[in-house]
Amino acid sequence: MNRMKMEFRAISANESLARMTAAAFMTPLNPTLEEISDVKTAVSEAVTNAIIHGYGEDRESDEMVEMICYIEKEALHITISDEGVGIENIDKAMEPLYTTKPELERSGMGFSFMEAFMDELKVESEPGKGTKVHMVKKIGATSWAERED
Amino acid sequence: MQKGESMEDGFKVIDGYLMVKLPEEIDHHQASCISKSVDQILIQGKANSIVFDFEDTRFMDSSGIGLIAGRYKKAVCFNGKVYAVNVDRHIKRILYMSGLDKMIEMVCKEKN
Repeated sequence: MNRMKMEFRAISANESLARMTAAAFMTPLNPTLEEISDVKTAVSEAVTNAIIHGYGEDRESDEMVEMICYIEKEALHITISDEGVGIENIDKAMEPLYTTKPELERSGMGFSFMEAFMDELKVESEPGKGTKVHMVKKIGATSWAERED
Repeated sequence: MQKGESMEDGFKVIDGYLMVKLPEEIDHHQASCISKSVDQILIQGKANSIVFDFEDTRFMDSSGIGLIAGRYKKAVCFNGKVYAVNVDRHIKRILYMSGLDKMIEMVCKEKN
């Protein structure tokens, strides 16, 4: 089964690069438009988190975000990791509307969207040791009768 | 400023309504620029209501929620309202999930 790994600088312009790459990678699974849009949203949330929360404002040019995608049994697996500050309380961070950056107008819906749009979400993090988000999306899980497109 | 006079690309004030033509993709990268421009126009008193036009928009993540919710708070201070027009299925779902549909008026694209 196919597998890919990419690494890019932790700058906001790369948010679109990451979600486009994930969308292109999943096309052999013949996803619906809805499934593509779900994955793009989830990837965008995870990458944005890595950039603005993981690495924050004190930027160094060598800060990188890594994305690994692979396909296993009709399911798309995506892992997005950073080597930033990490998360002290993962449960708290995952609460809807909770944000540590209200001044940046973060809605606090990032993890909620990842959970809603993907089938599985696992977050591994420790203060000072970065964050790794693993997401799984089953493609073709909606039967053809329910498909709208 | 005259009625309907166009400002920079994507922003136009008509009778106190600020029309914002949103880009194809709204993420954290795009959202912060749009917020700044909208706030500037509101503070100058040229408009108090905002109409976000999603006609060209194919993608939005939670940064778009922050953008709209933040502008809603400001518009309310000026006794204004916020509208979202030409909303497609994907955007509509995001707006509903975040509860924004209760704060703003939404007009969907016909085929949705």
